[in-house]
Amino acid sequence: MSAVRRPQCVVIGAGPAGLGAALAAREAGLSDVMLLERDFELGGILPQCIHDGFGSIVFEQVLTGPQYAQRFIDRVERAGIEVKLNTMVLEMRGDRRITAVNPADGVFELEPSSIVLAMGCRERTRHQVMIPGYRPAGVICAGAAQRDINIEGLMPGRRAVILGSGDIGLIMARRLTLEGAEVEGVYEIMDHPGGLTRNVVQCLHDYDIPLHLSHTVTFIHGRKRVEAVTVARVGEDLKPLRDTERRVPCDTLVLSVGLIPENELSKQAGVQLDPLTGGPVVDETMHTSVEGIFACGNVVCVFDLVDWVTQTAETAGRGAAEYVLEAGRRKRGPAVRVTAGRNVKFVVPQLVRRPERGVDFFFRVEHPERAARTRVLVDGEELYSRKAKMVRPPEMIKAGADPGKAARGPENVTVEVVAEEEEA
Amino acid sequence: MKKTHSYTCINCPLSCGLTLVEEDGEVLEVSGADCRVGEKYAVEEFRNPRRTVSTTVRVQGGVLPLLPVVSAAPIPKALVRDAVRMLSRLTVDAPVADGQVIYPDILGTGVDVVASRRLDAAGRGDA
Repeated sequence: MSAVRRPQCVVIGAGPAGLGAALAAREAGLSDVMLLERDFELGGILPQCIHDGFGSIVFEQVLTGPQYAQRFIDRVERAGIEVKLNTMVLEMRGDRRITAVNPADGVFELEPSSIVLAMGCRERTRHQVMIPGYRPAGVICAGAAQRDINIEGLMPGRRAVILGSGDIGLIMARRLTLEGAEVEGVYEIMDHPGGLTRNVVQCLHDYDIPLHLSHTVTFIHGRKRVEAVTVARVGEDLKPLRDTERRVPCDTLVLSVGLIPENELSKQAGVQLDPLTGGPVVDETMHTSVEGIFACGNVVCVFDLVDWVTQTAETAGRGAAEYVLEAGRRKRGPAVRVTAGRNVKFVVPQLVRRPERGVDFFFRVEHPERAARTRVLVDGEELYSRKAKMVRPPEMIKAGADPGKAARGPENVTVEVVAEEEEA
Repeated sequence: MKKTHSYTCINCPLSCGLTLVEEDGEVLEVSGADCRVGEKYAVEEFRNPRRTVSTTVRVQGGVLPLLPVVSAAPIPKALVRDAVRMLSRLTVDAPVADGQVIYPDILGTGVDVVASRRLDAAGRGDA
């Protein structure tokens, strides 16, 4: 085995988060940044997201997924960042020792001064939503179907039912239709769509694909191949109403039932996770609970816009660079907790350490609400306030505040959504 | 006679609910938009709805079997399916440059269809 390499920063994962973080770390002054990617090329999941709608915030332009990725890939190549493809991280320890493997180097060890976690997320499967029935071919997650159709050139089926109205499911409803398959309908257990409104409009309304809210799949028929599914309306308790069951013939069930941050490595290293997001607890520099380990993008919490993944990546990359360049000269200050207030499901970052700098808070609401106001409070003082015509759980909200500008404290930061009339 | 149409703007994640009032095809008023893009979108959506087309074409000798392509500008919504069908019959040779024109003037719209990534030639994942 060759000598242990000690880069200033190792970024794990080369999707939009990893690419953005590696670039930011380099631009913030680190000369030795290494990017590890298990796939054969850079870009993560973006190359299969061939639809448009990316980049409206970062580039103020509407791009496809591959176009968005290509811009960062070109920049990473120009910056001369060391990239290791086909490389799988096997182990990451709390003292930042990484064991990885690839066909060129074999098993090798790294001891970087800092790490940025950018492993993204994975799809929830049939087993996680517990659909009874046999285990026939033809049950596929929406992202896997997307890869089949857009990268591999394979059609997963001819007549599909889609369970869940997440963005990838909506986009695949349109994609399957354009590729000549029939999409019988999209079934959503909640009483509101899981994906962005613009995707409901462009992907379902444009193609007359029905969306059945408050519905779920209660059985998958077929032993070798999916032959049909049983669908049913659900009551307020989200339990299926048996007398509303009907059988829908199909050969494919596409699941778009949510994403989970991919934190197997983070757990190994002892990184503290937030049960609400499924990702690491981070401060305003995206620093996790483990010294020198940062995290960004969907590993932290599942974003609905790649633009915001990029923004957290840039914060993490800069944070890692600062950590390395200031090593030993600064102890981490005490952290102030960020509280999720009224109608707020979770907030990232969860901690604020250096309130003198501005912080971007990303959060989701628990339930849809009309005529609302999003607010950031520091010890009761309102530092940010913005009207919103409508807030919905699928549409993440960003609030920029400068906790250091508060008259007192900060001892407590709260992010909340209040109804306009409730306001004092 | 005055008529009201509702649209949801698809240009950004805000998804503004737009209301357009017209009389005999003449647009009188657009409300509900948070920005100018939304106003313009409602008028376009009423007069001549357009969509960006994105799909894949076959590639010979590339690191991947498919190349993602996109229309350089939106085309009339009614032509989207035909455009995808036409592009599905195409095969291009690798390597392909990002932005390379794959099919000029699709269906006489004046809009070119371009590659939406770079696609290198030769074997895949053999490193």
